[in-house]
Amino acid sequence: MTYVKVSTLIGKMKLQNLTPEIDTDKARVYQPDINRPALQLAGFFEHFSHERIQIIGNVEYYYSKEMDREERLQRFEKIFESQIPCLIYARNLQPGEDVLAIARKYSVPVLSSDKITSDLMAEIIRWMKVQLAPSISIHGVLVDVYGEGVLIMGESGIGKSEAALELLKRGHRLVADDVVSIRKVSDDTLVGSAPDVTRHLIELRGIGIIDVKTLFGVEHVKNTQAINMVIKLEDWNKDKEYDRLGLEDQYTEFLGNKVVCHNIPIRPGRNLAIIVESAAINYRQKRMGYNAAQELYKRVQENFNKKKDDDDEEADRSMYDAIY
Amino acid sequence: MIAKEITIQIPEGLEISPVAKVVQIASQFESIVYIDADDRHINAKSIMGMMTLAFRTGDKMTISANGSDESMAVEGIENYLCNA
Repeated sequence: MTYVKVSTLIGKMKLQNLTPEIDTDKARVYQPDINRPALQLAGFFEHFSHERIQIIGNVEYYYSKEMDREERLQRFEKIFESQIPCLIYARNLQPGEDVLAIARKYSVPVLSSDKITSDLMAEIIRWMKVQLAPSISIHGVLVDVYGEGVLIMGESGIGKSEAALELLKRGHRLVADDVVSIRKVSDDTLVGSAPDVTRHLIELRGIGIIDVKTLFGVEHVKNTQAINMVIKLEDWNKDKEYDRLGLEDQYTEFLGNKVVCHNIPIRPGRNLAIIVESAAINYRQKRMGYNAAQELYKRVQENFNKKKDDDDEEADRSMYDAIY
Repeated sequence: MIAKEITIQIPEGLEISPVAKVVQIASQFESIVYIDADDRHINAKSIMGMMTLAFRTGDKMTISANGSDESMAVEGIENYLCNA
């Protein structure tokens, strides 16, 4: 199961650690959501989301200040006892030494932030969602072509890396070769990146591994990129029907998200880089509201109607000639 | 399609040269060969993919193959990785 170490959270959100003696590498968060423990401080512990990060803002802070000491410590004890991943005080609020003592007893890190509570919550949730997003790794090449993330897939040896290399030489950017880790950041966004080991490397049959970053420069690489379309390369099969118009989009699915997919048949002499480039730019134009296939359809339809009108006129004329 | 779970027994684990060897073995076959471990699904014919596995001796993985020579492919890789 994926998790985020509390120490990483501290670094990323610039939190202050109020309990430095607790090992924050061992404290782990498995949930991207937040709980504000106001009701728990009031004594209601049913449905307590103890696996979430707990944030104390003004409401909880001033409420707990009004409680009598014994009751307050009892409630905090119950909260820490539930093995929450960590407790964060927003707005630079400072917990009392008695609360910190309970936190130490249960080894729960207590942190503080100078941000206002709602901003801190929004930021943590957004960042945690990305970190904890479901992920898979697939076989393919991810390239940024004119800003569109194009995932090239296909059997080993079909020419994915060669296509990527040519795209690089035409000014596009490599994200990952061979292995692409895909993360589902939201229901309509998939983000791809390369595993650390193979980042910015390409394997070319007969040459071996080349390092794109050192060879061609940083302008040709990118660390992460949203995946906008998929191009599947396959050997040309004359019995199979390939899309000739592009009137309807085809889709493929990763982690439950749909992505536009084109099946492109390979034949010696086809320039893959130009095809991929055109597919990317065409997709971009479609997103901006212009669809060439629909334009063609419209023209054919107009031509058809015009011809019908002409024919009708012709028929009228010949009838006139016949009568007079 | 066949699949088999194996435990790696070659003493050096999946270092760079054993990986290259596994890829070479897998590439001899027509079948599509995949290695599965944790949530990773790696094409055994892809050298870069296999490099990311970083398996040690004693680790478990599943070899799956699909195609006309699938059983030979799985057997070939198993023989290499399991014969210490």
